[in-house]
Amino acid sequence: MTDLRTTNWTRADDAVVECAIRRGATRRELLQMLLAGGVAMSAGGVIVGRATKAIAATPVTGGHLKAAGFTSSTADTLDPAKASNSTDYSRCSAVYSRLSNLDRSGAVEMELAESIESTDGKVWTVKLRKGVTFHDGKQLTSADVIYSLKRHLDPNVGSKVNAIAKQMTGFKALDDLTLEITLADANADLPTILALQHFMIVAEGTADFSKGNGTGPFVLENFEPGVRSLMRRNDHYWKSKGPFVDSFEFFAISDDSSRVNALLSGDIHVAAAINPRSERLVEGRPGFVLSKSSANSYTNLNMRLDATPGQNSDFVAGMKHLVNREQILRAALRGRGEIGNDQPIFPGNPYRNDDLKSKPYDPEKAKFYFNKAGVLGQSIPVIASEAANSAIDMAMIVQAAGAEIGMKLDVQRVPSDGYWDKYWLKAPIHFGNINYRPTPDILFSLLYASGAPWNESHYKSDKFDKMLIEARGSLDQEKRKAIYNEMQVMIADEAGTIIPAYLTGIDAITDKLKGMETNPLGGMMGYRMAEHVWFES
Amino acid sequence: MNKEVLSLVLSRLLIALITLVIVSFAVFTATSLLPGDTASILLGQAATPEAVAGLRKAMHLDDPAFLRFIYWMGGLLSGDLGTSYANNMPVADLISGRFANSMKLAGITALFAVPIALTLGITAAMVRGSLYDRAVTVFTIGVISVPEFMIATLAVMFFAVYLQWLPAISFTNEVHTITDIVRVYAMPVITLTFGVSAQMIRMTRAAVVETLNTPYAEMALLKGASRSRIVLKHALPNALGPIVNAIALSLSYLLGGVIIVETIFNYPGIAKLMVDAVATRDLPLIQSCAMIFCVGYLILITTADIIAILANPRLR
Repeated sequence: MTDLRTTNWTRADDAVVECAIRRGATRRELLQMLLAGGVAMSAGGVIVGRATKAIAATPVTGGHLKAAGFTSSTADTLDPAKASNSTDYSRCSAVYSRLSNLDRSGAVEMELAESIESTDGKVWTVKLRKGVTFHDGKQLTSADVIYSLKRHLDPNVGSKVNAIAKQMTGFKALDDLTLEITLADANADLPTILALQHFMIVAEGTADFSKGNGTGPFVLENFEPGVRSLMRRNDHYWKSKGPFVDSFEFFAISDDSSRVNALLSGDIHVAAAINPRSERLVEGRPGFVLSKSSANSYTNLNMRLDATPGQNSDFVAGMKHLVNREQILRAALRGRGEIGNDQPIFPGNPYRNDDLKSKPYDPEKAKFYFNKAGVLGQSIPVIASEAANSAIDMAMIVQAAGAEIGMKLDVQRVPSDGYWDKYWLKAPIHFGNINYRPTPDILFSLLYASGAPWNESHYKSDKFDKMLIEARGSLDQEKRKAIYNEMQVMIADEAGTIIPAYLTGIDAITDKLKGMETNPLGGMMGYRMAEHVWFES
Repeated sequence: MNKEVLSLVLSRLLIALITLVIVSFAVFTATSLLPGDTASILLGQAATPEAVAGLRKAMHLDDPAFLRFIYWMGGLLSGDLGTSYANNMPVADLISGRFANSMKLAGITALFAVPIALTLGITAAMVRGSLYDRAVTVFTIGVISVPEFMIATLAVMFFAVYLQWLPAISFTNEVHTITDIVRVYAMPVITLTFGVSAQMIRMTRAAVVETLNTPYAEMALLKGASRSRIVLKHALPNALGPIVNAIALSLSYLLGGVIIVETIFNYPGIAKLMVDAVATRDLPLIQSCAMIFCVGYLILITTADIIAILANPRLR
């Protein structure tokens, strides 16, 4: 480093700059950002140089990577269709590959597919890469891809993405490396959809998934559900670059402080998804760094529009003004996130409507609406649970705000166990927790269309449904963006969901581990860290 | 062995058997009452009503409870623990490795805890009222009052994070040499020994003190027997019943109650397996784990009772 030093420049600021670079911010944007923060241009250049250098180092091979996730049980699986949590995703991403993927900015990149193209959005031609082999030596062909995709349609498989896969109605192998996928209705997002973890490719006819026979960067050595999985580098990996580590061991330590202690004592190299209390423990210690992911989940407050009191639109409007988003972000989330504007498209997504402002915290206005709805003085139950991240803290903040204007919110704390079955989508007012999804279409069809399986506030709008289908079929980017923008405004104004903030995930890692980036698909580099990281020699 | 003793032992075994039947019924009923449905948990977000109904039928979840109990008991008696709902593996396979791990942990802990507890308990009783006795008492009360997670966390902070002598978590798969065993088991065993032996020390001390107050101990003293002879020859055989019971009770805790230790050290034992199973509503696995805990408990308690009967000098 040169002797050009800046004043009041902290590690946190370093992290902000690095995060921005990882998101794809240009040098010019960064300098503007720094100027806005009061840092002189000359010093700004030094900082940007330092942060980019940290990312652009040459990978070294070797080493045994040990990482700990936060959840694991005997239900752990190697079947990509059934994978359901970060531990499954990490394991499956190491042994299997997918047709396409998302890079750190959320843009589609090709993996097993050389191209995924369509002229009308309805019939898609997928060209596969030549010379890709499975771990058992078998060549990858279009039959494997068709088998892998068709599995999701079979109700007996119990695929987690059955609802999304249903739109793929026809599959045809044109030759060994080319296939055609026909959709029920045009959908321009297919290349992004195929990047979802569940659409990873397995060999044709696979029924026993315990071997983990894929085309991925690692070969499975040992897998004990609920205990650990061990993988070694695939020497015949189809990519010329990576993986860099010799072997990869993954398991979960559910106890947050145990996970952090294991990292601090040098037993593991990555402790995934640590909570804010432990964050401080790691931050002050040399030899460890925090790897922040982009905002990749949110906890929201849902009011059913078909039940009292959500039926009354004035009540819903009142609640939207009663939620103090700044306070929630600061106190409940300890600053780990971004303010939300009541619609599900995550910050950084190219389709996000950034002009849509969040409702300001305005207790007087809330009181006016509650009065109009005639609910002031009544006690209104709000169901909250640990099951949804930070929901209880959020509920308390809203409750306190309500108490100040005479609106009595009765926060009922219920156990996490069984919460998603018994209360979520069912109770008139309750909390939900939604993870990142890469396209507006997936989010809207899953959460806000009239027939959506997870329609948290039971929102119904014919206009919305029509717009959803129109945007899905449109290959014109500008038009799609315009439609999606309007749909976001509709959700923010009409639906009964309040999304106060989008949450950032934080993984703690040893500073000997290099190459860790953020990815919108989730923490630990979208669960694909093992393929990309390396140990400093 | 005389007739009286034999009938006492046999009746004890019969009681254990009847208890087991009652317990199995209780386990089945309790697990059936768990809220949430396995079928919908397994299917997750893709669950359609038809899929859930189909799965329920395939898993015999629709059969009357009585029939399901009969199936289950039949399976248990023929040694078939069933198939896990969560991942279709035989329950026996899932349990065997974890059970072995738990037994190893319990065994090594017992190996340390029992001799330590007996020595401290008996010697404290022998020099009752002395500084040593008081030190032991204060120490045991102190240890009993500190929750296990606290001891474990402090041990990790000190030995793993600051000194870096021992790993913060126990990788059972890395055990190849004696040194590995020490590294992997040291902290869980220390934590458990603290909690378990404190109870044993106090109960042993109380039992020995009580027998030392009896007329025959006084008689031995008047006859001029040495202090150690009074304790070992006269008092201990009579105190054996309560002591063995105390040991059995403390050790039974090592079977299922070590969930906190397993969680903190990420030790793959059977207690954590059962907690997992409850979260996924994996009934065959929950029931099998519960039965293993009950059987283990019954074996320990029954053995302790039988030893007490056999050791009772009046019945000899």
